[in-house]
Amino acid sequence: MAPVFEYAPAPESRAVVDIAPSYGLFIDGEFAEAADGKVFKTVSPSTEEVLSEVAEAGEADVDRAVGAARKAFEKWSALPGAERAKYLFRIARIIQERSRELAVLETLDNGKPIRETRDADLPLVAAHFFYYAGWADKLDHAGYGANPRPLGVAGQVIPWNFPLLMLAWKIAPALATGNTVVLKPAETTPLSALFFADICRQAGLPKGVVNIVTGDGRAGAALIAHPDVNKVAFTGSTAVGKEIARTVAGTRKKLTLELGGKGANIVFDDAPIDQAVEGIVSGIFFNQGQVCCAGSRLLVQESVHDELLDSLKRRLGTLRLGDPLDKNTDIGAINSAEQLARITALADQGEAEGAERWSPACELPSSGYWFAPTLFTNVTQAHTVARDEIFGPVLSVLTFRTPDEAVAKANNTPYGLSAGIWTEKGSRILSVANKLRAGVIWSNTFNKFDPTSPFGGYKESGFGREGGRHGLEAYLDV
Amino acid sequence: MLPIVPDTLGPTTDALRPTTAGTLTGSVPATNERAGLYSRYARRYARLVTMPTTAPAAHGLADVTASDSTLRRFLHGLPGVDTVGLEARAASLGTRSIKTTAKAYALDLAISMVDLTTLEGADTPGKVRALGAKAVRPDPTDRTAPATAAVCVYPDMVPAAKAAVAGSGVKVASVATAFPAGRASLAVKLADVREAVEAGADEVDMVIDRGAFLAGHYLKVYDEITAVREACGTAARLKVIFETGELSTYDNIRRASWLGMLAGADFIKTSTGKVAVNATPANTLLMLEAVRDFRAQTGVQVGVKPAGGIRTAKDAIKFLVLVNETAGEDWLDNHWFRFGASSLLNDLLMQRQKLATGRYSGPDYVTVD
Amino acid sequence: MSERLSVFKTYKLYVGGKFPRSESGRVYEVTDAKGKWLANAPLSSRKDARDAVVAARKAFGGWSGATAYNRGQILYRVAEMLEGRREQYVAEVAGAEGLSKSKAAAQVDAAIDRWVWYAGWTDKIAQVTGGGNPVAGPYFNLSSPEPTGVVAVLAPQDSSFLGLVSVVAPVIATGNTAVVVASERHPLPALSLGEVLATSDLPGGVVNILSGRTAEIAAPLAAHQDVNAIDLAGAGEELAKELETAAADNLKRVLRPQPVDGADWSATPGTERMTAFLETKTVWHPTGALGASGSSY
Repeated sequence: MAPVFEYAPAPESRAVVDIAPSYGLFIDGEFAEAADGKVFKTVSPSTEEVLSEVAEAGEADVDRAVGAARKAFEKWSALPGAERAKYLFRIARIIQERSRELAVLETLDNGKPIRETRDADLPLVAAHFFYYAGWADKLDHAGYGANPRPLGVAGQVIPWNFPLLMLAWKIAPALATGNTVVLKPAETTPLSALFFADICRQAGLPKGVVNIVTGDGRAGAALIAHPDVNKVAFTGSTAVGKEIARTVAGTRKKLTLELGGKGANIVFDDAPIDQAVEGIVSGIFFNQGQVCCAGSRLLVQESVHDELLDSLKRRLGTLRLGDPLDKNTDIGAINSAEQLARITALADQGEAEGAERWSPACELPSSGYWFAPTLFTNVTQAHTVARDEIFGPVLSVLTFRTPDEAVAKANNTPYGLSAGIWTEKGSRILSVANKLRAGVIWSNTFNKFDPTSPFGGYKESGFGREGGRHGLEAYLDV
Repeated sequence: MLPIVPDTLGPTTDALRPTTAGTLTGSVPATNERAGLYSRYARRYARLVTMPTTAPAAHGLADVTASDSTLRRFLHGLPGVDTVGLEARAASLGTRSIKTTAKAYALDLAISMVDLTTLEGADTPGKVRALGAKAVRPDPTDRTAPATAAVCVYPDMVPAAKAAVAGSGVKVASVATAFPAGRASLAVKLADVREAVEAGADEVDMVIDRGAFLAGHYLKVYDEITAVREACGTAARLKVIFETGELSTYDNIRRASWLGMLAGADFIKTSTGKVAVNATPANTLLMLEAVRDFRAQTGVQVGVKPAGGIRTAKDAIKFLVLVNETAGEDWLDNHWFRFGASSLLNDLLMQRQKLATGRYSGPDYVTVD
Repeated sequence: MSERLSVFKTYKLYVGGKFPRSESGRVYEVTDAKGKWLANAPLSSRKDARDAVVAARKAFGGWSGATAYNRGQILYRVAEMLEGRREQYVAEVAGAEGLSKSKAAAQVDAAIDRWVWYAGWTDKIAQVTGGGNPVAGPYFNLSSPEPTGVVAVLAPQDSSFLGLVSVVAPVIATGNTAVVVASERHPLPALSLGEVLATSDLPGGVVNILSGRTAEIAAPLAAHQDVNAIDLAGAGEELAKELETAAADNLKRVLRPQPVDGADWSATPGTERMTAFLETKTVWHPTGALGASGSSY
């Protein structure tokens, strides 16, 4: 009998996904090489293994994709809503059928644990298509007046942290409302979008309704600046979001932005401590903290600080970091060398500025991009780690004495995406939630998502909402 | 897979184990870090605790039991439990995938933790003898299969059970205190306990007075447990059954856990198996948190026994994952964790055979009793 | 007996509930449609804009925290006070826009009615734009609109009063506070509105009114890091683009110049001017079972 309960490796099979050695751009229903023949490689962040070679779209390709979307728009938008709905329902069902394959693919390309792609990403992707499918023939009842019209061609640029889920958040409402789309996935995670192109093929979606152009920031910029794009939707960093807002200034393009955050997770002394610890862990270590709405600032009432930190540290000691395909892995790889460098630099700066750094003893794999779960204590509002979005598994711990002080500190940021409140006192939940300037507030829970629930930020976290009835507005001419 | 091990709060292996409340030596932190941890917990509870005035209790929380009101204040001052969060955590741990060597380890560990139970009106010495034989050698075709931890019977069946397991190391546990309802006078309950102990029971599984608990008479419940504890003497370990299905809320289960531990329970146990809701992942997780926190505060380790409703090897392994990732490896031993079950054993054995032979077993290849 | 010499009015800014002159000490000449001198109006500077933002920010907490019913009553009070001074506004609008008395009266009446319309919206918009979301889990999930914050409002250039009211009322109805840049050529009705607001129980700072060169005042407002949104109704195409670009620095919500129904602001508005300056806040609360009975593997 082994001395301790060591979980044997339990890897999900890679055999369920068949990645081709190369992929083209998906334009007008066909895969095609880039006009200038350029390609780039996409790697598995946990091993640095090259997964595939993907076409790199240039301006000419983006132009062709927008043209295809424009051409498809007339028929697609004229289709009865009930017919558009059925296409989306088909897509939702095919995603459910292929969810194991897509979960493995996403884990390979992104580096996040299979536990998350299997239990969070993929179910949410399918649910999102299922939800918006139902709206397609009910837009008259959505509160935007009778017969609200689509905008036209939507140019959508998405990040690498939830590649397929962000695609769903963008494409499902766009198609339901009768728009056609050109979507650019992130440079480091192009594969699931290309598999989605195949799902569109299986669903019989008319050509040109969905176009996928892979590439780097230049392809995204070309898409956003394209004069025949009517709608721009972007999820990503606040810096790029501002650039995009400048680009579309003075045009008639409708813009929605879902940007960064520095979410405060506020723990009061009467919190359900064990569940708060789970919420803190989920808040900052879900997806290696590479989440715009991460609870990256822990605001804990001084009277329970030591007790909570003890519990939190003990809990972090049970996190399992390693092979993302292992079903027991809690913490996977950082998505890219570039992101790892950013996290490392900010954490080092936190240390240099005098915050106290702590990580559980943790052996990192020798290849791939890895960062140990990290806590900073003795952090004040003035520390860089309390102000800048790190987008990694790094939690800054601050304290407060009174609810007023908690709210003041939570709001003391240019961001306003998410916040958490932990207390057993119902009236305190409601009063604090009222005063927080953030778009999504989780009370006694964290990082919960649902297609019916509007998501989006205040202040520099962006504008517009994705999800729910509110999410339709971004794609309607209202 | 590289499990992360905490660098400052590693699991302890120091023996914190008292056999009975009467012999507790109090909290002796193993290291300075641990001392710091305990003192922080103590600080939290200091608000609720005044300095002891009577003989110091081993766990250092004597004064919280000084009166009904101090006890109430203490129990109601414990952190609340969020239902959704607790159940989500239990469900999440239920997704751990335990394969190959880990599964082999877990199956044997689970078998060794079974309190093989028969608590029927129709029990006879013959039935109990068969149960005892099964407990001692669960798989007659495979001598490497471990024995179960104990057999669990009614007090009048203790002699038959003792005889059946004699010399094997398998313990005899007896339910007592007017099991399962517990609706009898204290005198009757204590007589029940004494009969079991005198007949040689190694362990006594008592039920608390749920009526008193729900009516808020915490001190009455406490006094009953301490009286039973005393009746057990040094010979028998005491398992305290809360009947969590009747306590209804998680807050109550957390309070009952602390109440039982304060009163000297060696084990806290979910259920009798006689009501609609018995052991669940969530209530067991909650009790594991309680024993973990109690040891952190007092240095006293208490065992946990989920009972009723655990029927498959798959479920049992998930409970072991709860133990492993909540209380920690110190509890991964049948001295500290038990399954109150009957049909579970055969499924564990069939899974064990499957693992050994590579083919699925069937009910004809394990013994019915 | 000689004809009585009338008393001229000194038009002042309305900032933080007070009536200051421009910090710059400058004024500019306001004329009627035929070029006849009407009055001098303060020529606001960047510093006036800055002071107005400070006042608006200071007022935001109280105004956004007031009950919707209370805000509705105050907006209705504005209508009541305007009704009492109807003749004054008719004269000012007629003078400014060169309208006949009856046409000017129609504008003023419509403006008064618009306050009434928005007074009724304050406690209804949340029910129309918010609501419960049926999430697939044991959570009670509620979305509700909240005011964006401090909104810079460039009032329409042509419709000096009805246009002004049509852009200011929806902003403050929902709990925002406003820094309003009056029509550059016709600022007098806007400056007079300040006098009504000051006597309508509207807390000081909720609406701040500046007159002067739109481009000059709007630029620092569009760039101001403590302004949350900007309504470009009164900006021409080129200025609008410039301001929208500057507004990107802190990701202000921007309402671009919209085509106006009927061109004279007389049509009943929709909710768009309110929703443009609302944030949706979604709050999740666990529900779960009453007891510990659920969940097994």
